Amino acid sequence: MKVAVVVFPGTNCDQDMEHVYGKLLKQETVRVWHRETELHGSDVVVLPGGFSYGDYLRTGALAKLSPVMEAVKAHAEAGGKVIGICNGFQILCESGLLPGVLLENVGRRFLSRFVHMRVESTNSFFTSGMTAGDVVTCPIAHFQGNYFAEAAVLDELEKRGQVVFRYCDANGDVRPDDIEVNVNGSCRAIAGITSRGGNVVGLMPHPERAVEDLIGFVGGATGLAPFRPAA
Amino acid sequence: MKYQVLVRLKPGVLDVQGKAVENGLKDKQFDAIKNVRVGRVIELEVDGVAGAEAKARVDEVCKLLLANPVIEQYEIKEVA
Repeated sequence: MKVAVVVFPGTNCDQDMEHVYGKLLKQETVRVWHRETELHGSDVVVLPGGFSYGDYLRTGALAKLSPVMEAVKAHAEAGGKVIGICNGFQILCESGLLPGVLLENVGRRFLSRFVHMRVESTNSFFTSGMTAGDVVTCPIAHFQGNYFAEAAVLDELEKRGQVVFRYCDANGDVRPDDIEVNVNGSCRAIAGITSRGGNVVGLMPHPERAVEDLIGFVGGATGLAPFRPAA
Repeated sequence: MKYQVLVRLKPGVLDVQGKAVENGLKDKQFDAIKNVRVGRVIELEVDGVAGAEAKARVDEVCKLLLANPVIEQYEIKEVA
C-alpha cells in the first residue's frame, strides 16, 4: 500500500501520519506538497491535521483551492481512499468531498484533551477492520470541531450508515446534549463521517496520536486498527 | 470596479463569536443589547470588466470561496 501525506502551509500532523504509516506499519509513504498536481500512484491519500493557511477566512477554505486538491478530488471520485483528520476533515467538507461543515466549538474554547468515540459504522475503508460499538480513546485538538449539517443531510448520513464515529463516554454511551461527552457540540454527536462509497473519511479526533504505549491510551484493540491496510 | 461583500451566518446557525461579544457586553451592563451576530466584510476590486459582468465575477468567487453556502449567506455591494 502506498500512502501520500499531503502537506499544506500550516499542516502540522504530517510527521505523525508518516510515523504511523511509514515507521509503524512499514508502508511506502510519500509527502506531497500542496503545489504538486499528482499523487504518485498512491492508494491512500492523507490530509493531516494542522492549520492550513492559518485558518484564514474559514478553516480548510483556502486549502481547497490548492493545486493538489484537483488530484485528490479525481482520486476520490475514482473510488480512491482519502482520510482527513482534524484540519483534513475541515478541508474535505470545504471541498465538497464530504457534506456539512465544522463550526466553532459550542463552549467557545480550543479543546486539547482526550475523548472517547464509538465506532458507529464499519462501512468505510477506515473502520472496516473495527467493530461497531468499539470505543476508541484518543486526543482532540481543535477550535472548530462542531460538526454541522442540515437535518435532512444528517438523516441521510444516518440512513446510509455514513456516520462512522460518535463522541461517547468511556462506556460507549452517546449523549449529544451532554457537553462533557459531546465536547464540541457536534450535531448528533458526530465525530466522523464517510462518503457514500466509504472511500472518503473525515474525523476530528486524532487516532494517529494514540498509537504508542509511551503516550498511553493506545486504545486497546483499536489503536492502529484504522490505519492498517485491508487484509 | 470596487465591491464590498458582506458574508454572514444564516439565521439559526450558532454564532459563538456573537455570543461571546454579547456576554462581554453584559458584563458591562449593556443588558439591552441582544442577538449579536458577527459577519465579515470583504472588499475587492475587479479589473478590466464592469457592470453586470464584473458583478458576476464577484458572485462566482463568493460561491467558490468567500462564503460557504452550508452556513453562510452573502450580499454584494458596488462601492465605486
